[in-house]
Amino acid sequence: MNSAKAALAAFFAALIFGLGLGIGGMTLPAKIIGFLDVFGQWDPSLAFVMIGAVGTHAIAYRMITKRKSPLFAAKFQVPTSRSLDKRLVLGSAIFGIGWGLGGFCPGPSLVASVTGQAPILAFVVSMIVGIYFFKWTDARTKRAKETRSGN
Amino acid sequence: MIELVAGPLIGGILIGLAASALLLLNGRVFGISGILGGALAPKSNDTAWRFAALLGLLAAGGVLTITYPKSLEIVANGSLWRYVIAGLLVGYGTQLGSGCTSGHGVCGMSRLSPRSITATLAFILAGMLTVGIARFLGGDA
Repeated sequence: MNSAKAALAAFFAALIFGLGLGIGGMTLPAKIIGFLDVFGQWDPSLAFVMIGAVGTHAIAYRMITKRKSPLFAAKFQVPTSRSLDKRLVLGSAIFGIGWGLGGFCPGPSLVASVTGQAPILAFVVSMIVGIYFFKWTDARTKRAKETRSGN
Repeated sequence: MIELVAGPLIGGILIGLAASALLLLNGRVFGISGILGGALAPKSNDTAWRFAALLGLLAAGGVLTITYPKSLEIVANGSLWRYVIAGLLVGYGTQLGSGCTSGHGVCGMSRLSPRSITATLAFILAGMLTVGIARFLGGDA
């Protein structure tokens, strides 16, 4: 029952991930804004989180992808695109602005949502709305392009 | 000094291990905006593991509440609107940019992906400018 194992694996991986976020201080918007406050009182904590995370994952990634396949799925699904397009840069910039404004990115906001604090819940709900808004506008754009090129 | 570095490093290592576990077990990249975006996809039969992952993040919140409550002593300054706008930008931007700090920052950079390196630089720069401007305008970020 691969999908049951996969779901359990995802749950526990995310649990560890979330604990890492908490222990690393990433659930505290003050730490995030402190890292981004490069013109003011700089807090380098996030840099050390990234060093720990990328350092570990970079090594593990090489070892893991030497395998033919993962354990609970048929194949690896790792993005392979290498195109540097406007969407990537614009989207990342927009995300960065929101990140600097609220001090939250998706993962930590979900972990922190358990506190039930209104600003965090407002963020999470708005983030979901933002995701749906993208899907809606993206679908419309795609349909418009197809109509233009089809006729 | 050590305390300032130890927590972040250990947290980071746990994040790296977790991402590695998801890759080894499920063959998936631990990009939370992608996991969330995919969970919200209307006609997908690829959602069970995504909801499990999202639940795992919530469960982590629960564990932290009991074992390390300092990590959730959040002071969210400013009006609710600030968080609404921030959320909208993060939601929209991560989908348009195909990733966030976990997807691009941790996973993408670990494979030296040019896309992810570019994206990470872009969102860090944008974040730094935003905080800088907020500081200039209001004094308190």
